[in-house]
Amino acid sequence: MRAPIHNKDKLMTRIPRGARLMLCAGLALGGAGQTAQAVDHSFSSGFKFQERDGQALYQGICQGCHMPQAQGAAGAGAYPALAGNPRLASKIYPAFMVVNGRKAMPSFAGMLDDDQIAAVANYVRSHFGNQYTDPVTAAEVKALRPSKPAASE
Amino acid sequence: MSGAGYGSMSRRELLMMIGAAAGSSVAYRAMASLDLVAESDYKGPIKLEGDPKGASVLILGAGLAGLVAALELRKAGYKVQVLEYNQRVGGRNWTLRGGDSYTELGGFEQKCEFDPGLYLNPGPWRLPYHHNAILDYCKRLGVVLESFNQVNYNAYLHSSKAFGGKPQRYRHIQADFNGGIAELMAKSTKQKKLDQLVSKEDREILLESLKGWGALGNDYRYSMGIESSERRGYDQDPNGGTIAKPVPSKPMSIDEILKSGLWRYLVHGHIYEFQTTLFQPVGGMDMISKAFAREVGDLVRFNCKVTAIKQDGHKVTATYVDTRTGGTPTQVSADWCLCTIPASVLSQIDLDVSAPMHDAINALPYEASIKVGLQAKRRFWEQDEGIYGGVSFTDLPNNMIGYPNTGYFGSGKGVLLGAYTFGPNAFEFTALPPEERVKKAIEFGAQIHPQYKDEIENGIAVGWHRVPWILGCAGSWTEEKRKQHYNNICQIDGRVLLAGEHVSYIPAWQEGAITSSLNAISRLHQRVVNG
Repeated sequence: MRAPIHNKDKLMTRIPRGARLMLCAGLALGGAGQTAQAVDHSFSSGFKFQERDGQALYQGICQGCHMPQAQGAAGAGAYPALAGNPRLASKIYPAFMVVNGRKAMPSFAGMLDDDQIAAVANYVRSHFGNQYTDPVTAAEVKALRPSKPAASE
Repeated sequence: MSGAGYGSMSRRELLMMIGAAAGSSVAYRAMASLDLVAESDYKGPIKLEGDPKGASVLILGAGLAGLVAALELRKAGYKVQVLEYNQRVGGRNWTLRGGDSYTELGGFEQKCEFDPGLYLNPGPWRLPYHHNAILDYCKRLGVVLESFNQVNYNAYLHSSKAFGGKPQRYRHIQADFNGGIAELMAKSTKQKKLDQLVSKEDREILLESLKGWGALGNDYRYSMGIESSERRGYDQDPNGGTIAKPVPSKPMSIDEILKSGLWRYLVHGHIYEFQTTLFQPVGGMDMISKAFAREVGDLVRFNCKVTAIKQDGHKVTATYVDTRTGGTPTQVSADWCLCTIPASVLSQIDLDVSAPMHDAINALPYEASIKVGLQAKRRFWEQDEGIYGGVSFTDLPNNMIGYPNTGYFGSGKGVLLGAYTFGPNAFEFTALPPEERVKKAIEFGAQIHPQYKDEIENGIAVGWHRVPWILGCAGSWTEEKRKQHYNNICQIDGRVLLAGEHVSYIPAWQEGAITSSLNAISRLHQRVVNG
């Protein structure tokens, strides 16, 4: 028999559990299928990115750090250029970085789905002077995800 | 609730929305279990007893962690020098005022055009009453504090998808949510549906408490009348003389409140870090670092970009270049090094530490966050809407509007916090050129305050991932990362140890930086005096 105060605690902790379930089921993607305008930069609603195509994703997220022409930037620390970056020769490399992050690069695993990550990786590998023709697939991105739910929660 | 964006929110996301993003791990605990809530363990001024026998410490970074260490270590008899990347002390303890210019990564330059006396704190902007260390330093260094209003019952809660997009007063949502829930609970109690949970003796007490808490009538219903209007406000307030009689206002149904999703914002003032009373320094947050500069400014060498930190059995040597002149790198050595450089930057520096500490530093990216300051020709939120300080929340990408908690009733201009955003929208804001961020903040804010269109005249926007000396707003710890790396990042690694908000369980808060620094120098001092 629980005292009322414990019931209150239980109510408070129950909400996020439900929320987590819904996230797993993909119900949070209210704007799935919606394509952001490339020029009229649009904002996502909620806690997942809604941009779908590579260019919109790059312009909505990546260029904040890697800059509009993918030229990178340097201050006390630096953001690497993606333009002409030889590491992009591997199609897995950019997808892995977006999924898992490293050093100053955050993981986007909780905010982007496999299709979005593949789209932006392929966009970067085929623009800014990069001319790779072997696209990474959503299935390959999925395999890069850690077995447990990623950093976002 | 089934609407996308309403039902699907994790606790972390909720905290991001209310502006506690990186401090979330502490807030989690505060919400989850009262047992685990503890005040900062700060027990008054640090006492570093014993003779350091001329030992020297090189401090990297003149943010609050570095400044506190410089002050206390010099006092304890150490030889101290500090290297700082910027031309000023403070780091994220930072205030932008009219006449300031700020150039972010990519070379985007902004000139702040605020009137004299007006400012934006792009980083921290509030001090909880239980952040004892920073409050004590303010007291000791003569930094004058004033109240910071977190919760303003007359500010707005706004959803673009509810009430036709019309902003609602906080007090209406608060009163009607409590009233509606209390009525439901009372009904269930009277219908004996809670009998398995509540003993017979407690039932009457529960009913009585629900009545008081929810402003229910004698019939245990939440309805239009004086009781509910005493919480939510009247259609016509009680007055003197011939028009004295109050006219009650009509509560909204619990169904409407629940569907609106606005209830989610009611939690913010209940979270430990946002409970009354909070403070802010009079004149801007950087009054704190300016006060430190008066004490230890002489120890700081500015415009130093550290490129390497090397150590052997006898000393630590840092290499730096002058950010203005470039030229030949300079080396400086000391017996010990307290490094407060953010992990996002430190991970890119040639650093002599053990593999576990490297792994910890490399595992810690920094959160996205943006703030936009907007100058208005007049304080229309006060004059037209009776909003004095505090915060309005919205589901639009600007996330919140903060009203100045100072200069009330001024007849001149005022600066609003026009956006303070975490998560996807913060990345999206950061990806825009600064002037576009300002434009967007105005566009969104105008949906809550139509006066924006005529009254907002300039603004400045700081996207933290573009800030050249930190690459993000605060260390992004997760529970998994804590388990794996936190202990390692706290160690004295040969002659190097780290401090800063990223080496604390209060990430993103200045209290984390200060208590981390005090803890680090205490352990260092023990090592030095005990050999």
